[in-house]
Amino acid sequence: MNTNEKFLLKLYITGHTPRSERAIKNLRRICEEDLGGRYEMRVIDILEQPQLAEDEKILATPTLIKVLPPPLRRIIGDLSDSEKVLLGLDLLPVELNLK
Amino acid sequence: MAMESSNTPVEKLGTGIEGFDLIAQGGLPKGRTTLITGTAGSAKTVFAAQFLAEGIRKSDEPGVFVTFEEHPSEIRKNLLSMNWPIQEWETQNRWRFVDASPQPGQETIESGEFDLGALLARIEHAVRTVGALRISIDSLGAVFTLFNNASLVRAELRRLSAALKGMGITAVMTAERTHEFGEIARFGVEEFVADNVIILRNVLEAEKRRRTIEILKFRGTTHQKGEYPFTVLPDQGIVIIPLSAIELKQRSSDTRVPSGSPEMDRMCGGGFFRDSLILVSGATGCGKTLMTAEFIHGGAKKGERCLLFAYEESREQLLRNANGWGIDFETLEQNGQLRVICAYPESAGMEDHLIAIKREIDAFKPDRVAVDSVSALERVGTNRGFREFMISLASFVKHQEIPGMFTATTATLMGGPSVTESHFSSITDTIILLRYVEMLGEMRRGVTVLKMRGSMHEKDIREFTIDNKGMHIGKPFRNIVGILTGKPEYLNVESVDRISGMFQD
Repeated sequence: MNTNEKFLLKLYITGHTPRSERAIKNLRRICEEDLGGRYEMRVIDILEQPQLAEDEKILATPTLIKVLPPPLRRIIGDLSDSEKVLLGLDLLPVELNLK
Repeated sequence: MAMESSNTPVEKLGTGIEGFDLIAQGGLPKGRTTLITGTAGSAKTVFAAQFLAEGIRKSDEPGVFVTFEEHPSEIRKNLLSMNWPIQEWETQNRWRFVDASPQPGQETIESGEFDLGALLARIEHAVRTVGALRISIDSLGAVFTLFNNASLVRAELRRLSAALKGMGITAVMTAERTHEFGEIARFGVEEFVADNVIILRNVLEAEKRRRTIEILKFRGTTHQKGEYPFTVLPDQGIVIIPLSAIELKQRSSDTRVPSGSPEMDRMCGGGFFRDSLILVSGATGCGKTLMTAEFIHGGAKKGERCLLFAYEESREQLLRNANGWGIDFETLEQNGQLRVICAYPESAGMEDHLIAIKREIDAFKPDRVAVDSVSALERVGTNRGFREFMISLASFVKHQEIPGMFTATTATLMGGPSVTESHFSSITDTIILLRYVEMLGEMRRGVTVLKMRGSMHEKDIREFTIDNKGMHIGKPFRNIVGILTGKPEYLNVESVDRISGMFQD
């Protein structure tokens, strides 16, 4: 994959609950470890901006949307299963190839 | 249930769905959630949407529609045929969609714990934005298909249910069932919306579809029990036919109206009562349509407005036949005194016919009404459906406080009971029998007033003839017995005298 590509990630949470905090922490760790800083991460609190959740038709929280690079992908949960997150970010096959 | 509502009784919210508030004795429990369950095609979505639409149209109460199945654009389109301008209501902030329908081409990966907090927040946001008093959620079963973890979904829906209660909003949730007579709903959803349950059914009975609605329970408040037939009209949505919910509280009138035949008036002791139901029973070709025509004509001559439903003949046939009896229906119609509605019984279901009749009566406001024949409608539905139809039709006409004449065709040429009679005779006030009488190699016709509630009436069986001036009722058959049973026997003059003598004092 193109190593210069930058990731745009949106994380939707409902208030700063322990689960939300966990998701933020997990995502930040994965981004640092696997994206090498090539990312922009936005955290959106649905309780403050419910219309944004309506626009994106989000049901579950936390929801991570990979906006860039395409394709658009959604990952729900506190992102504790790193492998699933990498799969969603289309990073896993690359990692496997490297190994 | 007493604990929950110890101080204030459960209030009801009138839905505005025709017939529903009658069987629900006021409407849905206010501020609570009601589960609507049914198999595929049982009109759950229509009920959910209509609950909101009637709220907007009839009581100016905004609503929120949460859809897990169909995309809002599909719902808008489907419901436009019901004359519900959802898009317009959306721009007026009276209707708001929360779109939770599956997004095509977007697979979701689950990684770790999550909840449906976003959905809850969106629903709360929508409710606040439009100031919603009603909410419909369609359907719960679809939520389970969106996520792998069923117990999580169940817990979240329970949370949603509690949140709705907290908002004080009256909610309708739909859920699928797999069998018409089985568990209440799939996925055990009734667990968390167990307070109020309504079941919609769409049963195939003797090759006919029959829709019914049953209120299974309303916690802490009352409702009518059992199944009620309903239909879905293309321009009105669900219309429920409340049978036993109709109260017998019609006023009774002593005013007499002419039957259209002076001889018949005499036989009835001075004409029909103004608010009575008259059943005319007879074999085919016996003169029932003629009697109806005379009844209509009699009203029209007095300047009354008359409404005639004909299910056996086409309009042309009917007008021609009436002309043959010297009755000019065409001119009466042009004067606006008469409206003739001809319909083929098979053209619609029984419930649809009933609603059509009610609508015509409401619109035309007739002074008298006739249906020729109700037994033609027997073949449209099931026996049970027909009975409900008859009861509902009879009580509706009675409520109008106008005379109604219904004809019934007997199964055999020589008389005997018909299904129509057995369903109808106890709720009619007057029964007139028309019979063929075989006499010395000749078919003659007899008429008798079998029953006339609240009045003296003649007990004779009279002979009548038909010519180009209509019906002529003549003398009683004196020397013949067994006309009603269809086995006439002749008595010689001697035994007639003897029998007459037996009853003299």
